[in-house]
Amino acid sequence: MTHTELPFPGLSSGLASVPVAEAPQNRKEFTSDQEVRWCPGCGDYAVLAAVQGFLPDLGLRRENIVFVSGIGCSSRFPYYLDTYGMHSIHGRAPAIATGLATSRSDLSVWVVTGDGDALSIGGNHLIHALRRNVNMTILLFNNRIYGLTKGQYSPTSELGKVTKSTPMGSLDNPFNPVSLALGAEGTFVARTIDSDRKHLTSVLSAAAAHRGTALVEIFQNCPIFNDGAFDAIKDPETKQTAIIPLVHDEPIRFGADGAKGIVRDQVTGSVKVADVADVGEDALLVHDAHAADSTTAFALSRLTDAGYLNQAPIGIFRQVEHPTYDDLAREQINTAEAGADETSDALTGLLNSGDTWTVV
Amino acid sequence: MTKQVKQLDRVIIRFAGDSGDGMQLTGDRFTQETASFGNDLSTLPNFPAEIRAPAGTLPGVSSFQVHFADHDILTPGDSPDVLVAMNPAALRANLGDIKKGASIIVDSHDFTSRNLKRAGYPENPLDTDALDEYFVHDFDLTGMTVEAVKEFGLSRKDASRAKNMFALGLLSWMYGRPTEPTIDFLEKRFARVADIRDANVTAFKAGWFFGETTEAFVVQYEIKPAPMNPGTYRNITGNLALSYGLIAGSTQSGLPLFLGSYPITPASDILHELSKHKRFGVTTFQAEDEIAGVGAALGAAFGGALGVTTTSGPGLALKSETIGLGVMMELPLLVIDVQRGGPSTGLPTKTEQADLLQAMFGRNGESPVPVIAPQSPTDCFDAAVEAVRIAITYRTPVVLLSDGNLANGSEPWRIPDVADLPPIDPAFATEPNHTGKKGDEFWPYLRDEATLARPWAVPGTAGLEHRVGGLEKVDGSGNISYEPANHDFMVRTRQAKVERIAESIPPTYVDDPTAHDSQGARVLVLGWGSTYGPIGAAVRQVRKTGVFVAQAHLRHLNPFPKDLGEVLKRYDAVMVPEMNLGQLSMLLRAKYLVDVVGYNHVRGLPLRAAELADAITDLVEATAHAADDAPLNADTVDAHKEAVR
Repeated sequence: MTHTELPFPGLSSGLASVPVAEAPQNRKEFTSDQEVRWCPGCGDYAVLAAVQGFLPDLGLRRENIVFVSGIGCSSRFPYYLDTYGMHSIHGRAPAIATGLATSRSDLSVWVVTGDGDALSIGGNHLIHALRRNVNMTILLFNNRIYGLTKGQYSPTSELGKVTKSTPMGSLDNPFNPVSLALGAEGTFVARTIDSDRKHLTSVLSAAAAHRGTALVEIFQNCPIFNDGAFDAIKDPETKQTAIIPLVHDEPIRFGADGAKGIVRDQVTGSVKVADVADVGEDALLVHDAHAADSTTAFALSRLTDAGYLNQAPIGIFRQVEHPTYDDLAREQINTAEAGADETSDALTGLLNSGDTWTVV
Repeated sequence: MTKQVKQLDRVIIRFAGDSGDGMQLTGDRFTQETASFGNDLSTLPNFPAEIRAPAGTLPGVSSFQVHFADHDILTPGDSPDVLVAMNPAALRANLGDIKKGASIIVDSHDFTSRNLKRAGYPENPLDTDALDEYFVHDFDLTGMTVEAVKEFGLSRKDASRAKNMFALGLLSWMYGRPTEPTIDFLEKRFARVADIRDANVTAFKAGWFFGETTEAFVVQYEIKPAPMNPGTYRNITGNLALSYGLIAGSTQSGLPLFLGSYPITPASDILHELSKHKRFGVTTFQAEDEIAGVGAALGAAFGGALGVTTTSGPGLALKSETIGLGVMMELPLLVIDVQRGGPSTGLPTKTEQADLLQAMFGRNGESPVPVIAPQSPTDCFDAAVEAVRIAITYRTPVVLLSDGNLANGSEPWRIPDVADLPPIDPAFATEPNHTGKKGDEFWPYLRDEATLARPWAVPGTAGLEHRVGGLEKVDGSGNISYEPANHDFMVRTRQAKVERIAESIPPTYVDDPTAHDSQGARVLVLGWGSTYGPIGAAVRQVRKTGVFVAQAHLRHLNPFPKDLGEVLKRYDAVMVPEMNLGQLSMLLRAKYLVDVVGYNHVRGLPLRAAELADAITDLVEATAHAADDAPLNADTVDAHKEAVR
């Protein structure tokens, strides 16, 4: 098999080819007339409010925005936004969005999914969307439980989780969605929290602007079946030591008065938490989200607790430029079309290609 | 020396050899020569699922059958007149299919004790009386090939690989085929490797000259061109015709073609073909799995593209849920199932038509989908255009059932005039269609009264923003609804929409020369899909014996043509030949309460016309006897039917 050097079309913003609105838009215009039907206290409300609030700021035409979801509580999301939307089937939203984004460069395509939808039944589509780097933004609502089916453990539930389907504790190791996305060659991988409106909005804005697949894991509380799963990072008492904030080009530092920080582990080559007083400020790792190599981003993702969540890095782990599948696919079509004759007889020419003979 | 020329009206040749011997190429070239000569023809490639089974073994045998004639023919033929066997395994694997008195041309080079043993021959059949009932011509084709190409300095292995071209040259001489197309082909194909090119051309010519000079063949055969309607023709396989039909559907509708597909035999060639035609705005997406293939196609359809997915039976099973979503969202989607032998992995390279009920019912809930089937390789073009028309006009997934026989088989195609293709109007919604409390609104499920199709508004259309999905909707507004009466109404409406398609399809064409004769045919043979050829050939054979029989073939399996029930009741008996255990029979019985007689074989091969002709004749006789025993006694008919099964 031969290998062809693909052209690099030159990356622009993820929204560069989407038409902009002529007049400013407001939150109300993006709110559909449907009654929101999540449980009281559900973290999804906060995310919806944030998205409804920041979509007008993107300045895109509302009709050029599409939300595609799978199945699960979070997948009701498209019904509540007055954009184009599709509530599809379990796990398949990334595949459906791939077809949509590839055939339409003028759309801003969003996928709304959950930990069960994206990582269990739809795991295959998620990793392939990430490696292809299709221009779409995936919001992965992670509540570490199955909500819509009423409380079974999910692929992000901690080992030993006692649920309806695992009365003696769950037996499977959980996925770390950020590690998974980085391993699948994700070009934009971030994590944020439902209750932190400001951080959520800033991460979503960066994700929308990214050209390629952007995956945003949103820690989201399920008050009915997994309440308190993220208390450590939400409680004002503990959150300073629980959240490891990742800010590009800044030393990674956290804890009360920034007493803790992340340093390179000289033994393993990975990273580890250290007391700043012991190692000195200069030893702190400066976060580089744009590093071409994802090794350090992956190492940072491993600082997330796999069991009950007492500590987790929050922010943009990785944000790099890489050609997108859909841009390259359109580029090939443009190249082929440019070389073809423009006559309306192209189909006649095709049908009459090959060895033909004429009977008179 | 001058040789005698003998006229024949038709010939069936089967080229058989090891998987690596290039038999598919040899058959294909002979076919192209025959097509350009002007014979009517029909081909049947037959190859193992293994890419290269151990050399010289029975599982590794690959063959290509071509039937050509000076008149219109319908099938690749039941039984070859000539077998070309490149090794002992090819001889042994195919001997059972050929007629007594047929010619066998054997490459004796590979009839070594080792290869004979591999093929399961205790003794060399060329040395015993095992082949006495055939005309056997055994030559060292490989040895002659190596000798002919020695000037090019190839290794012995590379030199011997041109033996298929030597055999092709010999057969081309025997049947007076034009040589130019093959020489042109070889020069283009091996343009970059001069020695291989020259060796193949030389071997091909050497085979021709050998035929001309050897005293082993005293006769050359002539099969005159078949009369054909005026027009420009080419030879075409079903998969190629289907690919062209999809492109035509795209240009006729003005919708860019988006193919989401996962490689699977025997459908992959459609993916390969469409990937070459990006200049028509065609996007081909090789997905991570079958589900993603159809999902991406449906996503593209939501965006206003012509969404297509191609697969075979096992892949159709995986796509079921997404097709159901397409039914619920009422979006155009083409699902091409190139059927193969099942169940499970089954017979990947062989043919069958046992996915009809899967296409009809293989989804959860009441999930009606139109189903259509091409009847011949060239008909794949028209069937694809028709599938596009139905999908777009009625906003629905459509399943097109091709099969391995149609996919790889070929026949001459009178190339249609593009101006004659039907226009297909996507009729996108551009305006609000309802006035509500807040003024103008867009209701995505407000239907067209004639077709019951819903409006198709694509993203980017201002003011028509809406949401669709798999949950049940209120008719009209499309809002989610769990209301019992609404669900009942919507289930019936989706069914009614598919049934409404029958208004747009032609009545059943019945080929019954005796239709106006009160003593005419009392038996109808009804088929669908690739059985058209064998059924047509069988009906001709039966009619030649003076027996009356009518024939009809269904393009539309769901919905059926409106007049089908009336057509069935016109005949005393209806036979339904199928390469399954009676799937169309089941549908006909259920819908029309007509006790059709099945004729069913699932051998992975096309039905044999001669056997089918015998069964038809038996049914005609049984039906006549039953009618004589008036009043008609159901038990008698059953007994007669039992007798012919």
